[in-house]
Amino acid sequence: MSQLLLDVNALTMRFGGLVAVNGVNLKVKNRQIVSIIGPNGAGKTTVFNCLSGFYIPTAGSVMFKNEQIAGLKDFQISRKGLVRTFQHVRLFSNMTVVENMLVAQHRHLNTNLFSGLFKTPSYRRKEGEAMDHAAQWLEEVGLLDVANRQAGNLSYGQQRRLEIARCMVTQPELLMLDEPAAGLNPNETKELDELIIKLRDEHEISILLIEHDMSLVMGISDHIYVIAQGTPLADGSPEEIKNNPDVIKAYLGED
Amino acid sequence: MTNKFYNALFASGIAFILTCLMVGIKLDTEGTQLAIKGASAEQWTWIGLGIALVFLSQLFSDKIDAIFSKVPKPKLSNMLPKEQKMATLKPWLLALLIVGMLVWPFMVSRGSVDLATLALIYIMLGLGLNIVVGLAGLLDLGFVAFYAVGAYTYALLSQYFGMSFWACLPISAGLAALFGFILGFPVLRLRGDYLAIVTLGFGEIIRILLNNWTAVTGGPNGISGIDKPTLFGLEFSRRAKEEDTVLFHEFFGIDYSSSYKVIFLYLIAVILTIFVVYVINRLMRMPVGRAWEALREDEIACRSLGLNRTVIKLSAFTLGATTAGFAGAFFAARQGFISPESFIFIESAIILAIVVLGGMGSQVGVILAAIIMTILPELAREFSEYRMLLFGFLMVIMMRWRPQGLVPMKRPHLELNR
Amino acid sequence: MSEFSLYLLQQLINGLTIGSTYALIAIGYTMVYGIIGMINFAHGEIYMIGSYVTFIVIAGLLGMGLVSLPIVLLIVLIVAVIVSSTYGWTVERVAYRPLRGSNRLIPLISAIGMSIFLQNYVGLSQGYRDAALPPQVVGGWTFGDPAVFEVTISYMQSIIWIATLLTMTALTLFISRSRMGRACRACSEDLGMTNLLGIDTNKIIALTFIVGAALAAVAGILLSLYYGVINPFVGFIAGLKAFTAAVLGGIGSIPGAMLGGLILGVTEAMTAAFFPAEYKDVVSFGLLVLILLFRPSGLLGKPEVEKV
Repeated sequence: MSQLLLDVNALTMRFGGLVAVNGVNLKVKNRQIVSIIGPNGAGKTTVFNCLSGFYIPTAGSVMFKNEQIAGLKDFQISRKGLVRTFQHVRLFSNMTVVENMLVAQHRHLNTNLFSGLFKTPSYRRKEGEAMDHAAQWLEEVGLLDVANRQAGNLSYGQQRRLEIARCMVTQPELLMLDEPAAGLNPNETKELDELIIKLRDEHEISILLIEHDMSLVMGISDHIYVIAQGTPLADGSPEEIKNNPDVIKAYLGED
Repeated sequence: MTNKFYNALFASGIAFILTCLMVGIKLDTEGTQLAIKGASAEQWTWIGLGIALVFLSQLFSDKIDAIFSKVPKPKLSNMLPKEQKMATLKPWLLALLIVGMLVWPFMVSRGSVDLATLALIYIMLGLGLNIVVGLAGLLDLGFVAFYAVGAYTYALLSQYFGMSFWACLPISAGLAALFGFILGFPVLRLRGDYLAIVTLGFGEIIRILLNNWTAVTGGPNGISGIDKPTLFGLEFSRRAKEEDTVLFHEFFGIDYSSSYKVIFLYLIAVILTIFVVYVINRLMRMPVGRAWEALREDEIACRSLGLNRTVIKLSAFTLGATTAGFAGAFFAARQGFISPESFIFIESAIILAIVVLGGMGSQVGVILAAIIMTILPELAREFSEYRMLLFGFLMVIMMRWRPQGLVPMKRPHLELNR
Repeated sequence: MSEFSLYLLQQLINGLTIGSTYALIAIGYTMVYGIIGMINFAHGEIYMIGSYVTFIVIAGLLGMGLVSLPIVLLIVLIVAVIVSSTYGWTVERVAYRPLRGSNRLIPLISAIGMSIFLQNYVGLSQGYRDAALPPQVVGGWTFGDPAVFEVTISYMQSIIWIATLLTMTALTLFISRSRMGRACRACSEDLGMTNLLGIDTNKIIALTFIVGAALAAVAGILLSLYYGVINPFVGFIAGLKAFTAAVLGGIGSIPGAMLGGLILGVTEAMTAAFFPAEYKDVVSFGLLVLILLFRPSGLLGKPEVEKV
């Protein structure tokens, strides 16, 4: 159960003279929801960018399933089962919802040129499976009714859910969500809350979360890391974090 | 109002500077000396009229805009039958079109058939570049290089090894693909504008090499006497070159006519074009086609989902090059003569203009634009010198007012049926 | 010195001459790129127009009987800079400004259209064939052993060096000292922010095109006098070379463009010393690909950080 999935050690990211992330440690176990919180500009998204391969960290190690992934390319990391969403929704907005789901399964499909040109049985079967898989996840997030609509025409909450479904269809083991609740109304936030817990409990994946909505974070996290100005400030269970004087100071400022 | 007046005055001043030296005064040689002469009175009148037009259009720009906004935009979509009806009609229309294309050449003059063959070559080129520019969103300014590779591959193989057109066709396409792959591999990781310049440079390099590697390519003199395609070994010439070749008209016991050859070439072009159209049509519906579209929309999201952007872009680049190689081999066979002159930058620009005017990503649009671009200059021969000027002008105008082209792209959407 | 080293010295001199004009054109690419992040595809054409204006004005003045070379050159400079800058401004106004904010491919294509248009506009009005002007500046200094190899620095070459040096100094002063120059630098740091600060960025972008065009005009004057032959397509290859120079030095960096131009010029001259002259284009293109492969940010450019 409590096997270590992600183990980040002394992660540091420098841009020229600016140290955006300084010696951050993170541990995510199997079937765990872990949150990173911190004031704006604390370097949370930079941590995500380092973990997902969009940036190559200046120093530190990122072990995923006991394998060093720091320095790998973004697409290689995502193929290993570590997939992320973005702070601003990044959908293929001119494509339909189901097509978004198919693009995400690109590498599971039969991309052989000739089988596609002649629609060989294996090609058809793979496409059919991808469709089924897409439909299954759209149902899971409640988007099956709008499957043939253009992704850009969905409501904001639906777009957020589609982004998560699109990640899930790649069959990840660790899902990294960058402020998934930003811009959602309380009702939608509650649905999101339930969805994240369902992902952990029913689909047995781990979730690494960046979020500002404290009630969401405190409610669902198994473990919380606090970073401020790129440096780790504290970590612990939600209860411990709530009562940590350093954290309170960082959030409320020193008076 | 005074503000508008100054604006108009400024604009006409600019127009004056732009035109007076370039159009109003001409370079001329007197003996060995360079001299200038003024333009004719007629040309000055045109300059004057042009400047006046700029002045007035700036002065009354509001009113002109108002008038233009009142002109209703024709809705092409309304003219087409409804979508459901279209679905049942489509196979019939396509069949009719193909039959028409096959029967038509027997009823018209040789010249028209020849022109149609040329149009088909441009259709293939346009469709090939459309994969790269329209579907994958990569600007390739050296497309003609792959066309040249295809043409020279066939010409050289035919000349040195006596290989037949049909054997060389896949080799030409394959070699062009290889060139595309080798060029694309390092460059496609970079930003789009770099790609444009590098491909532009690559096009020039290929031309320079063809021009200077005289021992093999014949240099500026090119290669002539390239064999025409045969029909299962039947030749279309009047007399057999060698003893054992069988001639088409002798085999069927009909009189020799030079138009058989022209029609035969046309029919080959039709078949090749249909093949290309089919392949691209399939590609758009295949995972790779979806990936191109996705990559064009949001590269970062693609990468986060495990798509390897270099491989996906490379596939588009290579497939485009393949199509060009294909068209190139046919071009060499049709002309019977090729030289570096046929593969200059202007050709790349024309093919790009076809894609842009037709509508990036739109197959129907590109086909239509290719036909217009080949036939229009023939119809308006007296304006032929203005052709490139017009192309350039149209590219600017289209980007400003109709960047989606004549027939905007309509992508086949996949539906979830339940 | 041996014949070989003298020969190399001569090629170095020739290379620095061509290279300094490449640098002048490259600055136009680099400045525009620094601010709007796009390549001005019609920039080579501006240089070509500068060359034509040079020929027209010189032919006109000589026809009128004006023979004092410094005065002729001064008038050429003024007219060529004014006309080319007007073209540069027009390119921005017509091909770039209305398309700001659209997909990157769109202004690129419109600029290519502009470039094709200008080539043919000049071709139709001035003729597509080469126009030739007899050398206006003749003579030079020679040194070395006449029996072995004589190295020549022509007066024209020295004029090119001096003119380039003066132009570069003026540009550097303009960028670092003037208000407009400061606004330019601000724009290239962060265009959106500069706009918020109340600076009319449209004006600054237009200014960048104008300054770039003026430098291209100076290059046009110098190179057309140096070579003595022009045609409507000279801008195409020169543009390609200058772009290579800009990338080599690090696109967006003005000192980089200067350095890149010189390196490219010398490389070409050295290539031409050992191989047939046509292959120098192949070498400079190869150089471009190599830089893009191994150091896409160029010699003096800063690496780009992608915003996710």
